[in-house]
Amino acid sequence: MATRDIAGKTVQVNEEGFMTNPAEWTKEIAVELAKEEGIPELTPPHWKIVEFCRQSAKDSGKAPTLRSITNGAGVSTKDLFQLFPKGPAKKVARISGLGKPEGCV
Amino acid sequence: MADENRKIAFICSKGNLDMAYPALIMGWAALGNGLDVTIFFTFWGLDMITKARVDHLEIAPVANTSMKMSMMGVNTGNLGIPNIMGVLPGMTAFATSLMHKKMEALEVPPVREYLQMLVDAGAKLYACKMTVDMNGLKKEDFIDGVLDIVTAADFIDMTEGAQVLFI
Repeated sequence: MATRDIAGKTVQVNEEGFMTNPAEWTKEIAVELAKEEGIPELTPPHWKIVEFCRQSAKDSGKAPTLRSITNGAGVSTKDLFQLFPKGPAKKVARISGLGKPEGCV
Repeated sequence: MADENRKIAFICSKGNLDMAYPALIMGWAALGNGLDVTIFFTFWGLDMITKARVDHLEIAPVANTSMKMSMMGVNTGNLGIPNIMGVLPGMTAFATSLMHKKMEALEVPPVREYLQMLVDAGAKLYACKMTVDMNGLKKEDFIDGVLDIVTAADFIDMTEGAQVLFI
């Protein structure tokens, strides 16, 4: 398992750059990962989604799908795709320190 | 990521309920991964975007060799639904409602809602001019997300560099 340094912390990552241990995640790491994904600043609506994903993964053991994010976090599909443009499925999961979402919807 | 430069296009030519889903599911996955998504509806696929039809797509057990008795909860292994049973009144409605229930259990949205999700996520939907004319349809017969009625040549132009899937 590879490791890398993000925001002053050494964390475990897989070959696609997703963190493999959600417990190692911090908000500072999220900010750095967001920048790598082309999102310069995480605003409150971003955090609402990230926090929902963190909680959902804690409860279910896996990263939520896009539809469970829109339904669960109360955010519209349009807003989700605007907040995390060009591929929210992977971006949200990666910024939240989770693996890729399992499930197709 | 490389996905951001990828383009994918689907040609939906079928109006059966089961054949409506492949493009919706793969299109949604593609949008989630940051791909540019275009969907072209032609022939029976126009049912998927026709206001009066989209909520009434069906699946018929007749001549469908993959539909087994076991899907109806009868533990009969590989025994298919006999075609003679499939022609009975109500069998298509029954198979359709069965599929709706199975999809709902997996939290898969109905076709109309799914299309709206795709449109909200940036998918571009087009209707095929020739089959629109053939069926006597007009732009106002289609759900809101349909951008235009275009010719086959237009579709070929707008999908330059895209991976194209025919369904």
